[in-house]
Amino acid sequence: MQIARHWRQRTTRYRLEGQRNRHSGVVRFPPQPPALGEEPDLWEPVALSGRGEIYSFSVVRQAPEGYEALAPYPVALVRLAEGPLVTAQLTDCSEDELAIGQPVEVVTRRLLDTGEDGVLVYGYKFRPVLQ
Amino acid sequence: MNPIYIIASAATPVAEHYGRSLSALACDAVRGAFATAPGLEPSRVGGLFVANALGERLAGQGQLGAFLASVVGLPGIPAVRVEAAGASGGVAIQQAGQAIAAGSCEVAVVLGVEKVTDQLEAEVEAALALAADAEADALHGLTLTAQWALLMRRYMHEHGYPAEAFAPFPVNAHANAAKNPQALYRFPINADKYRKAAQIASPLNMLDCSSLADGAACVILASERVARSLADRDGGRGPLVRLAGTAVATDAPALGARLDPLDLPAARASAHMALGRAHMGLGDVHVFELCDPHGIAAALALEAIGYYRRGEAPRHAADGAIAPTGRTPLATAGGYKARGDVGGASGVYQVVELIRQLRGEAGPTQVSGARVALAQCLGGVGATAATCVLVAE
Repeated sequence: MQIARHWRQRTTRYRLEGQRNRHSGVVRFPPQPPALGEEPDLWEPVALSGRGEIYSFSVVRQAPEGYEALAPYPVALVRLAEGPLVTAQLTDCSEDELAIGQPVEVVTRRLLDTGEDGVLVYGYKFRPVLQ
Repeated sequence: MNPIYIIASAATPVAEHYGRSLSALACDAVRGAFATAPGLEPSRVGGLFVANALGERLAGQGQLGAFLASVVGLPGIPAVRVEAAGASGGVAIQQAGQAIAAGSCEVAVVLGVEKVTDQLEAEVEAALALAADAEADALHGLTLTAQWALLMRRYMHEHGYPAEAFAPFPVNAHANAAKNPQALYRFPINADKYRKAAQIASPLNMLDCSSLADGAACVILASERVARSLADRDGGRGPLVRLAGTAVATDAPALGARLDPLDLPAARASAHMALGRAHMGLGDVHVFELCDPHGIAAALALEAIGYYRRGEAPRHAADGAIAPTGRTPLATAGGYKARGDVGGASGVYQVVELIRQLRGEAGPTQVSGARVALAQCLGGVGATAATCVLVAE
């Protein structure tokens, strides 16, 4: 069930909260603990806009356990407006309309099926921006 | 550093071994290796290094060091399981070599073993995805195959290739596997079949995706003293194979954490360090084993290591550069694609094949005059890279 594991990630998954480097302004996602040589408060939380464009994409037809009911499903690397490159599923689109460079925006969706005893795991996906 | 030699090697066929257990496969490989070194007493072995990536989840067995030491007939010795996803085999060989170089033993056994066909496809995909960053990548249903697919699509976009530009890699792998009785897929394919193959994770299709299968491979490493005494007793059949250099390097498993996703800096660092330790350069290597479950994986490794410029590896592959007669012969036993992907054991299979090449025993896919060989295996999409440089003496 891993309830605590999913709860711990709530700001990342529901608000797309990343981190901004207080000195350089670089933004990263998902958040990481401070590494060797970094001041503990070097990275501060920052909510991301959820806007970006497709860096690359694929459509998964051989899915792992927990994801079979979704298959085939599109996955992408999305270059966010603030800079980070994020892995997520794409939604509300068909395969033939996907292209590298296409503008996308974040939405909150159910991510996987943990079975009848499991928690409902929600998080971010991206969909094409309506032109 | 004291020289290290590989004095014995053997592997089981890569197959869906429904009638064989993890233990049975391990015993086959170890017994096979000892059979190639008739003067070697098992009592001289001072360490067992088991390379395995998926044992807990797919074979239901942990603590493989102690378990397999007991099973194969090396009871009581120091034994450890090495896990670095698909790079487990290369890392285990490096660890065994270091144990000998440090003087902690004179003979070390490296056993790569993987038993995967007791589980269905979705469970296997989930096990493989454990090598990815759980929160950043795996949570989103990103499989290992889909990670390579994302890189392939981007590569096609940046360098202007269609998907079929990658066909020469699996075509070469299958052509070579057709001549290898131990390979999983012993039949040729062609570019036309590649174009028509069903998608697995677009743009990767079925003929550009390896299949994970069961197998075990074993190499036995020894100090120079032991290697020479056995060779003298043996009457010196064929050249000695020296493990001239090994190196391991790492990168972030999450694709998004990388500055340049189409570069594989760990593959480059590991290859260059291993060649440096062997006092060799890129141009000295005659035959290669790379992590090639997909054409894109081989292309990115060749470019990262420095054999071809960015964006040019598929073009060279189409011109025959990866055939046994080419400049960078690859997958002479079929590679991951057609010999079969053996998970954490793949790095040991690579070295077993390169020893055949260096001893001139590779038959129809023999690379003429091969004296120096390089094996590189990757964990995930180049998050771990382990390279072994072998030299025939």
